Amino acid sequence: MTIRRTQLVLTAVGALLLGGMEMFLPSAAETSDMAKIVVKDFTFNPTPLTVKTGATVTWTNMDDEPHTVVSDTGTFKSGGMDTNESFSYKFDKPGTYHFTCSIHPRMVGTIVVQ
Amino acid sequence: MSDDPSVLTRRNALKCLAYGGAGTLFALSGGVFTPIDLAMAADDKYGAAKLGKPLFVQISDTHIGFNKEANPDVAGTLTQTIDIVNSMAMQPALIIHTGDITHLSKAAEFDLAQQLFTRLRTTEMHTVPGEHDTTDATVTEYFNRFGQASNNKGYYSFDHAGVHFIGLINVLQFKPGGLGTLGEEQLAWVAGDLKGRSSSTPIVVFAHMPLWTIYEPWGWGTGDADQLMSQLRRFGSVTVLNGHIHQIVQKVEGNITFHTARATSYPQPAAGVGSGPGPLKVPTDQLAAMLGITSVSVVKHPSTLALNDTALA
Repeated sequence: MTIRRTQLVLTAVGALLLGGMEMFLPSAAETSDMAKIVVKDFTFNPTPLTVKTGATVTWTNMDDEPHTVVSDTGTFKSGGMDTNESFSYKFDKPGTYHFTCSIHPRMVGTIVVQ
Repeated sequence: MSDDPSVLTRRNALKCLAYGGAGTLFALSGGVFTPIDLAMAADDKYGAAKLGKPLFVQISDTHIGFNKEANPDVAGTLTQTIDIVNSMAMQPALIIHTGDITHLSKAAEFDLAQQLFTRLRTTEMHTVPGEHDTTDATVTEYFNRFGQASNNKGYYSFDHAGVHFIGLINVLQFKPGGLGTLGEEQLAWVAGDLKGRSSSTPIVVFAHMPLWTIYEPWGWGTGDADQLMSQLRRFGSVTVLNGHIHQIVQKVEGNITFHTARATSYPQPAAGVGSGPGPLKVPTDQLAAMLGITSVSVVKHPSTLALNDTALA
């Protein structure tokens, strides 16, 4: 019984450690110089997205309806992206960038550049 | 009653007309406009023309360049619409296009649209841009072709047959997560434009996005439209025309009648149905009916039911 309990505790600690480690492990998007945002069903995904300074983010429209990507501050602006078309922007400065689709302004997203 | 096949037919026709359509004729009588389904007006079997002088036809959301399943031939359906306008015994004086001329603001799309418009027997056409017409990086393709009337501002006014027409732009200053915007500068211009004008002057205001909030989650409205309406309220006859939502929605508020037009391109879902206001796919053999092109035998049109039920009954 005692051994079993210890095992259980160890397993639990191990799971906690793993879980904790996962939290500190950088996501795939962060380690890469490239990150992707899918535009589908009138939403940006993922958002917010965190990337490192110098990363290039590519938005790809998977809807039948065209979408755009326009920074609230005018830092970047795509043209109309038709189905399967993409737009990319390289983020050279750290900061928080909010963007919207100018055709469907309820579509909003955020990129955090670290 | 439900066994009567004509009831079913009419119900189906009304259902179809609620989505797409060829265009809307606005007849002027006693300073008040009556919207009439274009196909019905052209047919004229029901004396629609007697409702007043056929002053202008509104077409909207031609989306030239769209080629997806919802309508692979938007040039074809626009051509059919133009054929219907051209077949009217009494030609309207004006054509008003309430935006989304093109799908992606491409030069080739604008060129094709203009080429198709030249087939209209009525040569005077007034336009306002939709958000699909202003997605090019420099926002110049629309204004290079249609900007002259407004000195490239997008808003302008003119008079015809005693009616004062005001074209407005509400697709350039989107607030993130919000609705279309007219902006202070444009609103101040409208105030100046209306100043000193007699309250008995019939007013027609046209813009692409609805000038009242139809469905905020999809951006179907204009955030500062209230400031515009407060300027229009003193007039005895105000008709507000919009496109954008590819279906008819109407509202009467005092002397102001709001009307959104059907599209010549493709249907869109009703407010809140599905993930967003994208093209509504229907089987190919049903598309023409969904666009209203073939629905010429409808006696009562939903648009006239609300406004002038007795006149058409």
